[in-house]
Amino acid sequence: MTKLLHSRRLWIAAVVVLVGLSAPWWLSAYFLGVLTTAYYFGVFAMSWDLLFGFAGMVNFGPTFLIGLGAYGAAILNAEAGMPIPVCLVFGTFISLIGGVLLALPAMRLRGAYFGLITLVAVLLMQYAIVIFAHVTGGEIGMTVPSVLSIDATTNYLYALIFMVICGIVLYGLSRSAIGLILEATGQDDIEAAALGFNVAKHRLAAFCISAALSGLAGGMLVFYLGAASIDTVIDLSIGVQIIIASVLGGRRTILGAVIGAIVLLLADELLRPLGQLNTFVVSAFALAVILFFPDGLLGHLLHAGERQ
Amino acid sequence: MTEGTAPLLEVEHLSKRFGGLVAVKDIGFKIRAGEILGLIGPNGSGKSTVMKLLMGIERPNSGRISLAGVDIAGWPTHRIARQGIGIVFQHSRPLRRQTVLENIKLALLPDSLLRLVADPSVNDKAQAIATRVGLGAVMHRRPTTLPFADLRRLELAKALARDPQVVLVDEPFAGLTQAEVANFSELIDGFRQEGRAVLLVDHNVKGVAALVDRVLAMYLGEHIAEGSAEDVMQDPTVRRVYMGGKIESHARPEVELRSGEPLLDVRGVGVLYGKAQALDAVSIHVHEGEFVSVVGLNGAGKTTLFNAISGIVPHSGEIKWGGSDLRGRSVAEIARGGIVHCPESRELFGYMTVRENLDLGGHHLPAATRATQLAWLFELFPILEARQGQHARTLSGGEQQMLAIARALMLQPRLLILDEPTLGLAPVILEQLSKALHRLRETTPITVLLGEQNVTFALPHADRVYVLENSRIVWEGDPGRFAREMGTGYL
Repeated sequence: MTKLLHSRRLWIAAVVVLVGLSAPWWLSAYFLGVLTTAYYFGVFAMSWDLLFGFAGMVNFGPTFLIGLGAYGAAILNAEAGMPIPVCLVFGTFISLIGGVLLALPAMRLRGAYFGLITLVAVLLMQYAIVIFAHVTGGEIGMTVPSVLSIDATTNYLYALIFMVICGIVLYGLSRSAIGLILEATGQDDIEAAALGFNVAKHRLAAFCISAALSGLAGGMLVFYLGAASIDTVIDLSIGVQIIIASVLGGRRTILGAVIGAIVLLLADELLRPLGQLNTFVVSAFALAVILFFPDGLLGHLLHAGERQ
Repeated sequence: MTEGTAPLLEVEHLSKRFGGLVAVKDIGFKIRAGEILGLIGPNGSGKSTVMKLLMGIERPNSGRISLAGVDIAGWPTHRIARQGIGIVFQHSRPLRRQTVLENIKLALLPDSLLRLVADPSVNDKAQAIATRVGLGAVMHRRPTTLPFADLRRLELAKALARDPQVVLVDEPFAGLTQAEVANFSELIDGFRQEGRAVLLVDHNVKGVAALVDRVLAMYLGEHIAEGSAEDVMQDPTVRRVYMGGKIESHARPEVELRSGEPLLDVRGVGVLYGKAQALDAVSIHVHEGEFVSVVGLNGAGKTTLFNAISGIVPHSGEIKWGGSDLRGRSVAEIARGGIVHCPESRELFGYMTVRENLDLGGHHLPAATRATQLAWLFELFPILEARQGQHARTLSGGEQQMLAIARALMLQPRLLILDEPTLGLAPVILEQLSKALHRLRETTPITVLLGEQNVTFALPHADRVYVLENSRIVWEGDPGRFAREMGTGYL
């Protein structure tokens, strides 16, 4: 415990969170909104990093798990009028089931083949939403009757606190004994099994945790936006953005994913005056970081420390 | 050893097929506590498959593997590991971001999703193990900063951490220096003292002879000999498998070949694989029109030497080709310069027909030349003419090898490098291949550099022979002298 209190990283994290909490006093409502979305994206990216960075599973379709949670919660809210917490639990549960389903092929397939399955899963879900348009709103999307809050500050604080909790859980997990075992299974599953670890069990657990948090964050995002649509939570480009955020921040760092998400979404917003060029510039920047700092922003800083 | 005590590991009638290939056929052996068994065989003999079957990495088709009375055949790897079998892999992939100590701690963790914090005793245990295997001084460093031998120690440490009753060690001494070999032998001997049963898997008896109580030799999936290291080395079947039968030689007079500057001149070439010394100050030369054989057991460094010549792996030292240095030239440039490499893995285009493979080889030739070349090759390997329309992957092993050689010859090489063409081939096929090489040597002025483990195959054609052992050239001479000087010491 004393070791924990002396950890420099802990104090840095605490200061960052405090700065984050004070943001409503010095930031415009507009940027609070951008950050709110960025925080949910941060959770998406952290959950993705647990699967890719630690368990070594290349999930090209993070939005499959997010979408299940988002639409699960939205539909229950719109159709049955259930209160938000119940809807969120339901969405998380649906996403968890999706995670288990996705974990099944992951037991047999690795690398590109598994990646293809995750891509197909997203496309299938997208088609399902279009086909069952009477419940899901199809391509236009659906509005939900309930929202978390209409106040920008409250919404911002919800997102921040949620992200911090997810960050503590995921980062703690990554530094725990389980994180070590997961990293070993991701690096060489045969060697991990030869050390007596049930690789399937650990991989399944990683999928469940990643799915539950992605789904919950997806649901929260829906109740923040007041709507669920393919463009906001399912489209492949959203998935790509999450992956870029995670790699940009630094693979296998968990917290780097948050930094990546915030940098990416803020840049997207700040460069808006560039018009069409906006996306191009952001993508080029991300590409440059990945090319020149393959460890990502946070990863690069940490490794610089290690080298000394 | 203590006769009478029940064996700790007992394997009976173990078999494994991969499609039509029988990789392991009716293998059985016993290892008692405190005993070391060596499992040897050339590449493709099935010894690695046996190890995988024991560890549950592959499932056997039939047979029993009983560990202290419990049949564990077909169990998943993690259960076998928990039941008491540990493995030391040849290639280690430690966690790079964690320290050596953390890597050892990993092996001490329980397989549980609920234990987030490791038991405090784990730390002490990990330190004790690190010290025991000689990693005490470096336990807080990251594996990437360690020399090769220390990475192997780390693998030993991880296997030890599980306190296994049976330890499987894959190629225990590959890539180690003499001093390190002695040190590792002591560590493995320590396993015996502690009453563990040890299985050492290696290419040859020589490497493990000093350490083992008994040796089992395999070839093409079958048990061919068992007994003390000495007996197995003297066993006629083993000698035939490793060296072929009676050694013949047909060296041509040296004078006509040795005149002038060599076509290929390799001087003091060294190659490092990561941190392992795969080739150490090797010097060989080949004159125009000469047939030179480099013999050595699997793992001696033959493939590495050829890869260095072809520019596939970076090397130190100097390689001269027709007087000019090859350094800095790409693989393609070297190949266009006339050095054509026919690799051990054959690298055929499996989904193309025999004819398409050959045409691809002769792609750069004018149509007329290509036709003559093709006709000549069909004369050399008549079987390929009959198989023209067949997919390369459906050919038998011997036919594939002939196709690989033929395709290399389509490139009209000045120097043909043949890497272990006999790999995994049955004796009958060897004879056909041997005849083809003989015709090749007699009818063309071609220059050949042949790498072989099978001495009987390599010697008849050779004008000169080099012996490669543990990354170094240890002998050079004509094939006639080989039988007298190296015949017994080779294995």
